[in-house]
Amino acid sequence: MEITLQVNGVPRAVDVDPRMSLLDLLRERLGLIGAKKGCDHGQCGACTVLIDGRRANSCLALAVAVDGSQVTTVEGLADGEDLHPLQAAFIEHDAFQCGYCTPGQLCSALGMLGEPGPSVVTEDITADPGLTPEEIRERMSGNLCRCGAYVNIVSAIAEVAP
Amino acid sequence: MKPFDYARAASTTEAVRAFGPGTMYLGGGTNLVDLMRLGVAEPERLVDVSRLPLDRIEAVGDRVRVGATVRNTDLAFDPLIRARYPMLARAVLSGASGQVRNVATVAGNLLQRTRCTYFQDVTRPCNKRRPGSGCPAIEGDHAGLAVLGTSGACVATHPSDMAVALAALEAEVHVTGPAGDRIIPMPGLHRLPGDEPERDTVLEPGDLITAVELPPPPPGASLYRKVRERASFAFALVSIAAVLDVRPDGTVGACRIALGGLAHVPWRAERAEQALIGGPATGEAFLEAAEAELEPARPLPRNAYKVPLARNLIVSTLEELAP
Repeated sequence: MEITLQVNGVPRAVDVDPRMSLLDLLRERLGLIGAKKGCDHGQCGACTVLIDGRRANSCLALAVAVDGSQVTTVEGLADGEDLHPLQAAFIEHDAFQCGYCTPGQLCSALGMLGEPGPSVVTEDITADPGLTPEEIRERMSGNLCRCGAYVNIVSAIAEVAP
Repeated sequence: MKPFDYARAASTTEAVRAFGPGTMYLGGGTNLVDLMRLGVAEPERLVDVSRLPLDRIEAVGDRVRVGATVRNTDLAFDPLIRARYPMLARAVLSGASGQVRNVATVAGNLLQRTRCTYFQDVTRPCNKRRPGSGCPAIEGDHAGLAVLGTSGACVATHPSDMAVALAALEAEVHVTGPAGDRIIPMPGLHRLPGDEPERDTVLEPGDLITAVELPPPPPGASLYRKVRERASFAFALVSIAAVLDVRPDGTVGACRIALGGLAHVPWRAERAEQALIGGPATGEAFLEAAEAELEPARPLPRNAYKVPLARNLIVSTLEELAP
């Protein structure tokens, strides 16, 4: 099936099998290997990208079902040689070891910063809370880090959070 | 994954008309795509209903109508839901991850399948996946599975948090289908396994959920609490949605309790409610009500812990709600 996507601002038209995930499309057809295939079941978050500005597991999205969407991958975060503030903060805070989960962590953090609502740890569910370390930990729970860099990931995100 | 045809429906009428043998509706896909990858679901045709114009949350008189394709995040972040049904917002936020909630729909949340490991493993027997093949969970790994309303054929649990809150709120599920439109009051959407564990719900082939309608919230304070094996992104071992209204004289005026993680359905705790209404709002009464509710529990060796866990959760939640 013929589908069209805007990937990191670039229009891409591709012919895909209905079985193909967005993750496989990005990695195998478009050569964007930033998003990683960790578990392929939506449990680890390594494949996280933004679909129409919202973070999502690209392994659980059928490419045909996101036809017409705008997709942002980790390759789309930097402005040329200028790193995105989140990328710079991850380096500054040593927020990774092996780096495998990092593209997903970055995209997830970027999406999370655009989600103003409460989380399950928010005391007053009717308020929009500030991003305390506890809030960041809860909101980033869809991204696993096998190296256990969580403490530095939280401090990197906290530096960029408003 | 087995090959399938894909079509996107432009209207509910078109979706229902496109439904035939081997067809499944596709919402956000966060459970279905995974089940297809595992070989558990093998549709020949997917009718994508995720872009149907059912994505609005609107007040209708003193009720709130939530469209079937509203994403879980949008439901939990909605100011009206947070103000009027805080228990529902918290239940939704306690499920899955930010990424999954951004994509998963309200209808898909209700219709998600059990996470029983045997159901998800096509190399093992499972009465829910392959009727008549047996239930290895009863002798095997059932630590996370059901203790109430089980059958000799199935001890699976329904995994949703949202559905537990909807059961306590007596939400109505609006359905359209080949036989027309109907309304199913929660928790009536889901059914106990009996000897047909392959049927999770009372829906018929081609039935499509179009909305969930919330009646005015019952009087009283409400809470959703969830006990799980890690602090986040895990299914409930036991969860509770509770509303408690205590009169000035210290007696219980109104009470709604629903339990998650214990049964094939979001479990409405009617025995406990009946025991409480009109009686004193004391710890002793809460304990008696919890024990009455759990009396019919038939735990297996490795999930027997759920009975005292549920009892303690009911008591501590009601104590927190009581003034």
